[in-house]
Amino acid sequence: MALKIVKGSIDRMFDKNLQDLVRGIRNHKEDEAKYISTCIDEIKQELKQDNIAVKANAVCKLTYLQMLGYDVSWAAFNIVEVMSSSKFTYKRIGYLAASQCFHESTDVIMLTTNQIRKDLSSPNQYDTGVALTGLSCFVTPDLARDLANDIMTLMSHTKPYIRKKAVLIMYKVFLKYPESLRPAFPRLKEKLEDPDPGVQSAAVNVICELARRNPKNYLSLAPLFFKLMTSSTNNWVLIKIIKLFGALTPLEPRLGKKLIEPLTNLIHSTSAMSLLYECVNTVIAVLISLSSGMPNHSASIQLCVQKLRILIEDSDQNLKYLGLLAMSKILKTHPKSVQSHKDLILQCLDDKDESIRLRALDLLYGMVSKKNLMEIVKKLMLHVDKAEGTTYRDELLTKIIDICSQSNYQYITNFEWYISILVELTRLEGTRHGHLIASQMLDVAIRVKAIRAFAVAQMATLLDNAHLLTGNMQRNGICEVLYAAAWICGEFSEHLENPIQTLEAMLRPKVATLPGHIQAVYVQNAAKLFATVLKGQEGNTDSTAAQETSQLMIDRLPLFVQSANLEVQERASCILQLVKYIQKLQQKDVEVAEEVSALFAGELNPVAPKAQKKVPVPEGLDLDAWINEPPSESESEDEQPKAIFAKEEPKHSRPRHTEVDEKELARRREARKQEQANNPFYIKASPSSQKVYQDTPGVEHIPVVQIDLSVPLKVPGMPMSDQYVKLEEERRQKERAEKKKKEKKKRKEKRSGRGKKQDSGPESEEDITPAHMVDIVTEEMPENALPSDDDDKDPNDPHKALDIDLDKPLADSEKLPVRSHRAAESLKSPAEDGDVESAAIHAPKKKNGKEKREKKKDKDSDRKKSKEEKKKKKHKHEEKEEDLLGGQAEEPAVQSEETNEVAAPPTSTSAEVSDLDFWLSNAPVPSNTQEAPTVAAAEAAPVPKVASGTAPNSEPDEPKDTEMEETKSSKHKKKKQKKEKEEKEKKKKKKHHHHHHHSDGGGEESVQNGTVEDEEPLPPMSNYCLLAENSYIKMVCDIQGNLQDGSQVVVSVIFENKCDSFLKSMEFNVLDSLNSKLQRPEGSGPHDGLTVPFQLPPGVSNEARFVFTVQSIVMPQKLKGTLTFIVKNEDSSTHEKLDFKLHFTCTSYLITTPCYSDAFAKLLESGDLKGSSVRLEGVNMPFHHLLARICFHHHFSVVERIDSCASMYSRSIQGHHVCLLVKTSGQTVSIDAKCDEPTLLGNVLDEIKQTFSQC
Amino acid sequence: MIKAILIFNNHGKPRLIRFYQYFAEDMQQQIIRETFHLVSKRDDNVCNFLEGGSLIGGSDYKLIYRHYATLYFVFCVDSSESELGILDLIQVFVETLDKCFENVCELDLIFHMDKVHYILQEVVMGGMVLETNMNEIVAQVEVQNRMEKSEVSVQCQPVAELISG
Repeated sequence: MALKIVKGSIDRMFDKNLQDLVRGIRNHKEDEAKYISTCIDEIKQELKQDNIAVKANAVCKLTYLQMLGYDVSWAAFNIVEVMSSSKFTYKRIGYLAASQCFHESTDVIMLTTNQIRKDLSSPNQYDTGVALTGLSCFVTPDLARDLANDIMTLMSHTKPYIRKKAVLIMYKVFLKYPESLRPAFPRLKEKLEDPDPGVQSAAVNVICELARRNPKNYLSLAPLFFKLMTSSTNNWVLIKIIKLFGALTPLEPRLGKKLIEPLTNLIHSTSAMSLLYECVNTVIAVLISLSSGMPNHSASIQLCVQKLRILIEDSDQNLKYLGLLAMSKILKTHPKSVQSHKDLILQCLDDKDESIRLRALDLLYGMVSKKNLMEIVKKLMLHVDKAEGTTYRDELLTKIIDICSQSNYQYITNFEWYISILVELTRLEGTRHGHLIASQMLDVAIRVKAIRAFAVAQMATLLDNAHLLTGNMQRNGICEVLYAAAWICGEFSEHLENPIQTLEAMLRPKVATLPGHIQAVYVQNAAKLFATVLKGQEGNTDSTAAQETSQLMIDRLPLFVQSANLEVQERASCILQLVKYIQKLQQKDVEVAEEVSALFAGELNPVAPKAQKKVPVPEGLDLDAWINEPPSESESEDEQPKAIFAKEEPKHSRPRHTEVDEKELARRREARKQEQANNPFYIKASPSSQKVYQDTPGVEHIPVVQIDLSVPLKVPGMPMSDQYVKLEEERRQKERAEKKKKEKKKRKEKRSGRGKKQDSGPESEEDITPAHMVDIVTEEMPENALPSDDDDKDPNDPHKALDIDLDKPLADSEKLPVRSHRAAESLKSPAEDGDVESAAIHAPKKKNGKEKREKKKDKDSDRKKSKEEKKKKKHKHEEKEEDLLGGQAEEPAVQSEETNEVAAPPTSTSAEVSDLDFWLSNAPVPSNTQEAPTVAAAEAAPVPKVASGTAPNSEPDEPKDTEMEETKSSKHKKKKQKKEKEEKEKKKKKKHHHHHHHSDGGGEESVQNGTVEDEEPLPPMSNYCLLAENSYIKMVCDIQGNLQDGSQVVVSVIFENKCDSFLKSMEFNVLDSLNSKLQRPEGSGPHDGLTVPFQLPPGVSNEARFVFTVQSIVMPQKLKGTLTFIVKNEDSSTHEKLDFKLHFTCTSYLITTPCYSDAFAKLLESGDLKGSSVRLEGVNMPFHHLLARICFHHHFSVVERIDSCASMYSRSIQGHHVCLLVKTSGQTVSIDAKCDEPTLLGNVLDEIKQTFSQC
Repeated sequence: MIKAILIFNNHGKPRLIRFYQYFAEDMQQQIIRETFHLVSKRDDNVCNFLEGGSLIGGSDYKLIYRHYATLYFVFCVDSSESELGILDLIQVFVETLDKCFENVCELDLIFHMDKVHYILQEVVMGGMVLETNMNEIVAQVEVQNRMEKSEVSVQCQPVAELISG
């Protein structure tokens, strides 16, 4: 053996280690790949050896090679081998390699589960640490599921080093195994107050990460975080919390109000720029979330803007960048405050740093007004000229277009200027955004009617100049512009001054070098132009001109007929034949112009881009049904979609409904016509000619001012926009002068001294009237268009699965899977995870079993905790809280405040009853803000729990069809009660708090915050009934069916030590009957008792569960049993026993199952159920109490309630349906019941009867 | 969350790569190339934030980097991280390296990639910041190094005996 080690060590001395490998690679620069391949061969040899040291060395080298891009997944198994070494050195190498190259589809990962588990529980904290670190990188859903419980235990490790790692990795576990979130969350929350700052920071980190994706579920933690924010000094933690608040405030405006002051203080006091920046950011978020109207609103905004200005002016480029970034957030809601810093932002446009320039560009978007748009764009155009990189230049181009076209060209006063800007932009070569310019040209030309003449002239110049035709057509995106130019010239050809010249330009041979889709447009529009030319020429006496034009077409078109592009070819040959025919007619002196132009008659209406999508499917139309017989397979394969042209078609050209069948089309057209006739805003198409713009009543009210044609139009290819700036200046001055004449007295002082500088005086937006009133045609939408319903959420987002309500109580089925040999689990089969108990209660027990060191005190607190947990359950229901929070977010804050005033005073006395609403309600009272931290401190721990307790009061709950809620039927009590309230006080639903504490049995504890309340609160109820009791011990139990297994019943027994001695070695035994048997661990005899997995110090109680198998559930039955235990004093110990009788009622076989009313009705209609009924006399309690009792004690849920009549439903563990119809009149309650098993029903009814006879 | 940490030199040679999200090896190399391309053309006096890495992340992600002598330290992070905070973190990481290697230089990273990884593991875990206190980081790294040494010396003992005997 020793020799082997020695031999291994010697071997190792001759192996290359990592350093040698690196050195070797560096020495083989010219044949690196070859050298590495020999190294890999060596590594493969090394991996074959038994010596773990050699293997580890090899794996270490592989990790290096992986960094260089080599796939080393083939060595995955060897990596696992090295991971499982007992030596830390090798283990670390193994885990490092695994973390670098393992991923979800690495199959050997499943071999690692046990090894990782072993490492996690290693006595050496660094073994655990290394395993956690590695696992964090390659955790898979399977690993997460199997190890979640082990990691959760580590969150309470004694070493903070492990604790913080365990806390952090939980986030990864949640992502892979979302079911673990709820059971683990209570402990995670505990870690927020861990004594170690590192652990605390990790917990904050994880919760912030979780809350960022699904903020609404974490609102209830706000008070706790608030406390941390005001107490923590760790900037990392502060930053995280402040960022988290930024995500929470949009959901809860009151939170924002509360935050403003401490944040403002931090802004004033902190010296850390990172913290300052995040504070500013969150304040901005708060201000965005608050509806305006807060008095000190503007002060906060001013503070933010002021601080940001300091950042932007800083010489540190990073601060400058962030300052601009934050500014853009303010811009969205408070553009005015940002606009005052225009100078600074424009200055940033000249910054040498591209990131900063881009940020500044983003801001410009909000800086523009009618007044300064031209000036800003002029500046940007200068940048376009200077810009060296195409990316930045393209960015500028899109920004210019964005700025100008924003909110429907709101800021453009002069469209001639805009068109000339667009034309200037066409000189940008190599831009990718040619189509953007083109679509703008089209959009403006179509929608701004007054500009068409000008636009057409400009486009004609573009076509004629054809400087765009140079260069590589296919790659140069700018030639897209010609597409627009040709179309505009064709469509609005009546505005052309010299159509023949343009026609000639469009038919030049060079056009054939353009991309196909553009050529197609050229050809088509040449035909339109031809029609116009003919029209103009036919009036003349000389017919030769017209014939010459035809000849021109006939000469030039053949070029296009030969085009390789199908679309071009088809159109060209069609048109060529047409022209030839026209020429024939012309030679016979036939007037053809009218008929030719009829080909292109009709005006276009701009159609909204989404219009097609929004057309609702008409009733009776089945889009999936075949109109004709489906074509055979082979046919459909041959058919190629012919969308070459349609694809390229701009959004505003004629919509082509090719797929709609004729009838439908006609019907729709008719309907639309009618709709349009009734719509005063709809601009009707004039059927006769495009020329007539103002003959319809729809546009008459829009004053269309004639364009001043003194503007020099024909400067081909020259920058002209500057002239417009000047002209616009002059025009405005002229206008002002006119106005001045009118209101001399008022405006005198303001106007004088206004020179060329635009921003020198406070000229308001309204003062600037556009050069020509622009008739911006709104885009056409189909009649009864569907409202926008675009859901952008990515269905693959892993965080979606983590949208889990954390406040609702844990259901039994949510328990984390635990290895079966754990003490607490010893008597259960692994399959019944589902029905045990919430892991939150469970966890302390496990701890008890595992860490014997734990003191009594801890146990005590555990007990309290579990009690609290149970109490909590009473007040909760399974409806998602997010409804509450969502509802609050939607509702105006005013309303909740108004209820708060009522709610706040009574609650302030007890920390127990405080909740998020209460905590938040402090905010409006200024004097309270100082105390807030301390109040929050006192409340912090109970707050989130209780807060969740208020949830049932808020929203109507539809019973969910999930089978999650088989646990405590008590939940339904709340649910039902709430439902009733819903009906009566929908408007005041927010603030009713009911706190019932069944264990105290005192009604005085129940606090009612809602003042308006007709129905009495429910008395406390408990399903735990006394099992047996003597002077040493008391046993109470609750019996529940197991939904997952129709033959199992779970008995939860709470053992309470009543004496001063220690109780240990408790053994629970039951005499099995034929029908029911206690489940015992494998290998034990049928009469053996089960060891209770804990001991009881004096005064302590704990809960254990026992599983029984039952055969038939239609009859109640009793089982005799005995508990034996040892009472241990300081000096003596005695054996004691306690006999008990377990009563399995039929009710305990029922499981609360929600049922929708329609399903319920179907069930009753089915006729499979047999009826029975029972009358209860002298029931003296409100109806809702009655229902609550049935729900609670007999595991029913309310399906529907109408006045004094309610239908209820439950299901047995073996799937029998039990339906009740409960009616009340006076003191008589009649229950009609139906069930598919009459015996069961009879027994259940007897039990219900008994319940009510007792009270 | 931190999505990736890349260290490469002025020529784009990777010195350490740590992805917290799985990418195949060739994709990783592509990302390194792209990131290097983006970062290297920037002057030293421009800001340390960068948007627009197309391969990694998307609009929510930013590259935050620092340039030290011959090395670029690049962190790819999402919007939940504070930009300035990450810059500080890079500084902490580099100072920690400096302490652990005593005047760290590129060669240390070249020959001791594994050690750099071990140090990084004490700073960032699974894409989340684990520790920002340099002394704590250094302490944990040193304890682990001592453990490794003690194991190695046990391992080497027989060899020593063999040689001496």
